[in-house]
Amino acid sequence: MRTSDAESVLRALFLQGLDGDAVAYRRFLGALSAHLRAYLGKHLFGWPDEVEDLVQECLLAMHNQRHTYQRTQPLTAWVHAIARYKMIDLLRAKAGREALHDPLDDAQDLFSHSDTESRDALRDLDGLLATLPERQRLPIVHVKLEGLSVAETAQRTGMSESAVKVGIHRGLKALAARIKGKP
Amino acid sequence: MKTDDLVAALAAGVEPVSQGLVSRRLGQALLLALPVSVAIMVLGYGVRPDLREAMVLPMFWVKLLFPLAVGLAGLVAVHRLARPGVDLGGGAVAAVVPVLLLWGLSALVWWGAAPEERSAMLWGQTWQACVFNIALMAGPLLLAVLLVLKGMAPTRPAWAGAAAGALAGGGGAAVYALHCPELAAPFLAVWYVAGIALVTAVGALAGARCLRW
Repeated sequence: MRTSDAESVLRALFLQGLDGDAVAYRRFLGALSAHLRAYLGKHLFGWPDEVEDLVQECLLAMHNQRHTYQRTQPLTAWVHAIARYKMIDLLRAKAGREALHDPLDDAQDLFSHSDTESRDALRDLDGLLATLPERQRLPIVHVKLEGLSVAETAQRTGMSESAVKVGIHRGLKALAARIKGKP
Repeated sequence: MKTDDLVAALAAGVEPVSQGLVSRRLGQALLLALPVSVAIMVLGYGVRPDLREAMVLPMFWVKLLFPLAVGLAGLVAVHRLARPGVDLGGGAVAAVVPVLLLWGLSALVWWGAAPEERSAMLWGQTWQACVFNIALMAGPLLLAVLLVLKGMAPTRPAWAGAAAGALAGGGGAAVYALHCPELAAPFLAVWYVAGIALVTAVGALAGARCLRW
């Protein structure tokens, strides 16, 4: 797929996702993770084991920060800026800036490659999830992992529906923060 | 966890995201913080008693509009830097232009003045308090804007913090201008600029420390 095609297809799916279309959003995240895997893999050839961790960290960050996407903006620019930010963070933590032998200003490359083979990350996201407080963990487990509705989750946990939504929102942010705390 | 499972989890039951959230949050933050700054000025210092007479003087408007212009440039820059992949554009230039204009004006006034008048133009009566007071008025604004940025995704945290500082410093100086009795351009060119610059530097340091995500 040409880069410009990928941009328009992904952008359309993402916009539907921003309007609450879970099916489109899932297709978007699936395609996005394949592009991220190829892109990050190319830059992190020194640390192949880190690639899947970083793909997951980027996905979580993009999900948590999706309200910062401006609908008129090229999606590539937004995705690339976040991927680059997270990658620099990792490289800084790993080996300092001298590890950055190639410039990371290749936004146009991001959607031109894709690697669809989903792998296990080294980082134990389930383990991190288990460290969240109940009011965040249970909503995420029921709604996000078991696929229950917010209403069903509210009934099962005795929480209000808005508390379930808040719990998911805060829990995913806390998860991202914990990832950052444990590189 | 496999990435496909994470994708499924993130998409499950996803909630719609409302548009224009960045602008709305910034607007709310300013609406909350600006009255606090004004209250500090009114209760702690008092509006200058001759405000009515001062309002016919061009320099009063320079003193009010110069920091407002810097603050506005800061607001635009915050708005842009809060979002990944949006360039700053001419944001930094827009904040510097009002300062350069003020410096130009002040140089004209300085060279046009008799040497014995110059020291009063530079030091005024309140130079010792000016920078601190501007920083004090800017405090609530800076805190509010940094809190908004904390919920956004600045990929250049120090720059985003500096933009928040320019916004807060400009706003704080404009609020302080309603109390401050000084009207000489050289005074503004040094002490007002120093106050705004201090808040901008504090914002940049705070941004580099607290805005990473």
